[in-house]
Amino acid sequence: MCVKRAPAPGAKIPLTADGSAIDTRNLGFTMSPHEECAVEEAVRLVEAHGGSATVMTLGPPEAAEQMRDGIATGADHGVLVETDRTDWDPQATAAALGEAIAQLQQEGARFDLVLFGNESADAAHEQVSVRVAHRLGLPIVNGIKGLETSDGHVALRRDTAAGSERYEVPLPAAVAVKKGLNLPRYPALKGRMRARKATVRTIAALHHPGGLTSHGLRYPPDETTETEILGRGADAAPRVVELLGEEGLT
Amino acid sequence: MSDATHGSNGQSGASQTVCLVLVEADGDAVCEATRQALTVARELAGTVEAVVLAADEELARRLAPALAAEGVARVHAVTDPLLAEYGPEAFGAALAQLIRSVEPTGVVAPGTARGNEIMAHAAAVTELSLATGCVAIAVDGDAWSVTRQRWGGVLWEDATLAASVKLATLAPHAVAVQPTPGLEHATVSTFACDLDPTLARTQVAQRTPLGAGVTLSTAPVVVSGGRGVGSAEGFAVLEELAERLGGAVGCSRVATNNGWRPHADQVGQTGTRIAPNLYIACGISGATQHWVGCKDAQRILAINTDPEASLVQRADYAVIGDVQTVLRAVVDELDRARQPADAGAGG
Ligand SMILES: Cc1cc2nc3c(=O)[nH]c(=O)nc-3n(C[C@H](O)[C@H](O)[C@H](O)COP(=O)(O)OP(=O)(O)OC[C@H]3O[C@@H](n4cnc5c(N)ncnc54)[C@H](O)[C@@H]3O)c2cc1C
Ligand SMILES: Nc1ncnc2c1ncn2[C@@H]1O[C@H](COP(=O)(O)O)[C@@H](O)[C@H]1O
Repeated sequence: MCVKRAPAPGAKIPLTADGSAIDTRNLGFTMSPHEECAVEEAVRLVEAHGGSATVMTLGPPEAAEQMRDGIATGADHGVLVETDRTDWDPQATAAALGEAIAQLQQEGARFDLVLFGNESADAAHEQVSVRVAHRLGLPIVNGIKGLETSDGHVALRRDTAAGSERYEVPLPAAVAVKKGLNLPRYPALKGRMRARKATVRTIAALHHPGGLTSHGLRYPPDETTETEILGRGADAAPRVVELLGEEGLT
Repeated sequence: MSDATHGSNGQSGASQTVCLVLVEADGDAVCEATRQALTVARELAGTVEAVVLAADEELARRLAPALAAEGVARVHAVTDPLLAEYGPEAFGAALAQLIRSVEPTGVVAPGTARGNEIMAHAAAVTELSLATGCVAIAVDGDAWSVTRQRWGGVLWEDATLAASVKLATLAPHAVAVQPTPGLEHATVSTFACDLDPTLARTQVAQRTPLGAGVTLSTAPVVVSGGRGVGSAEGFAVLEELAERLGGAVGCSRVATNNGWRPHADQVGQTGTRIAPNLYIACGISGATQHWVGCKDAQRILAINTDPEASLVQRADYAVIGDVQTVLRAVVDELDRARQPADAGAGG
């Protein structure tokens, strides 16, 4: 499964003075919650059917931390596709991830499933997964919230506004999953110890830049509203009901 | 690949640039997100042409009058038997074939889950660059300058999209539909594509329609709870209020992670993004990832013990106090307010 290191901000996201990036000095790092589900699902599949799970991340050397989080959850191997500290566009990211997976395959690895998050937490391009799948010649469906493997196939479910869709995709396949697929476990102490000791493989990434060039980040125009305090505690109930009336709800 | 009815760029002169817009239909209507994409596309090229993907031209013909009213002169009916049912690979490959045939300056699609997915596949097949979740797109020489959402819209990124054919999707609700002088008639050009039958592997195999009842994404009122609700049982009073208002219950990630609510109830970046008339946020702090899921609500009422909580600051209305105490009182007051009418009807 492919996971991406991203800052873990609170209610507000701090920017550097020049607005070019997120000021990460006081922030921790994490992977996106969708990717946590991808890792959890892979670990469960290995627990049920055997085999092994490899967690791969493309990023600076520090991204090894997210890979170790994956190993702590139960993945067997970690691969860091190492870059400089710049933010790569989705085409460059996908090309390097695709090449790294192809390299592992040439060395004899066989992957039945390649799992992605539906979107990365920070960039949300919703395309790295699809581009990697195409490079590897694998079928892929996005937004998956239910996954069941059977002989040579994987049954996938995704929710839409009108209900749900079911797909029956032959293996090997790629799947981009959404939070809600499962409830990721909290890594046990044993897992953390194992992750600290696990050796991780590093593959140098080649940079083939695509056509999307970032010029920096900024806050959207202010959306703050004047808040009207309706009251404190139970005493506010009549005003709340009045408001519900104004909304046509009483 | 292209059949007789499909010309190159029609009568348009060499200086005429064409921007394609991928149409998402809502039955026989053009969905709002597509109309937003058409609004943006009109500023990007001399001519805007629409793209309808389906097994045959029927759908394109039915949508043509509505598209003509939006100023679209030509509708490309991209057809193949494989397009009878949705499948991301087939739909993406079909769009890719049209792109290679028309060579437009760019393609704009609604940034819905499906619009983003089809465009990602078309981008992967053509190896063109794609900017998703744009809130603004402008021509900048041969390139487009785009502003796109990051962190679910909490931050904006300014970027340049340079490619022979620029691909972009528009974040829902980001732009308002602008009126335009409509046309009497839109020509339907059929583009019969030639899809590899193996792409049927990612076609939808089965659909299950939604059961009856209000859902989180369509409810006019959502009563949502976070850590401040305290427990799974604590949600009972939220259920009571939601039921009385004909609304749905939502929650924060803390509530799902604690197992108090199913993930289907989660509002936010990794849950559902909603736009109800009224959002009642109970014991929710208003972290970025939650805010992006509820900020499109018409009005927000926050109930929180902390007047400094981010959601209280950004809400239209707030009550400072304990969730259980406040909601209990509100439900009782609501029942009292409704009682005289019932009593009158009964007597
Ligand atoms: C990548 C990523 C994605 C995420 N996606 C989501 C998402 O989709 N949705 C989401 O919600 N979160 C998401 N989160 C988590 C988010 O950052 C917050 O942790 C979460 O929203 C906080 O939930 P909360 O407001 O319920 O809890 P807290 O932040 O702990 O806030 C609890 C609030 O309740 C108030 N309170 C406490 N007791 C009471 C009481 N008795 N009565 C009234 N008020 C009380 C407190 O004052 C406080 O404001 C995501 C995080 C990450 C990193
Ligand atoms: N740098 C990266 N390293 C590993 N996986 C990534 C990286 N960037 C994106 N991905 C994967 O691709 C998915 C979609 O990313 P994105 O296209 O940025 O929304 C993510 O959820 C990850 O699974």
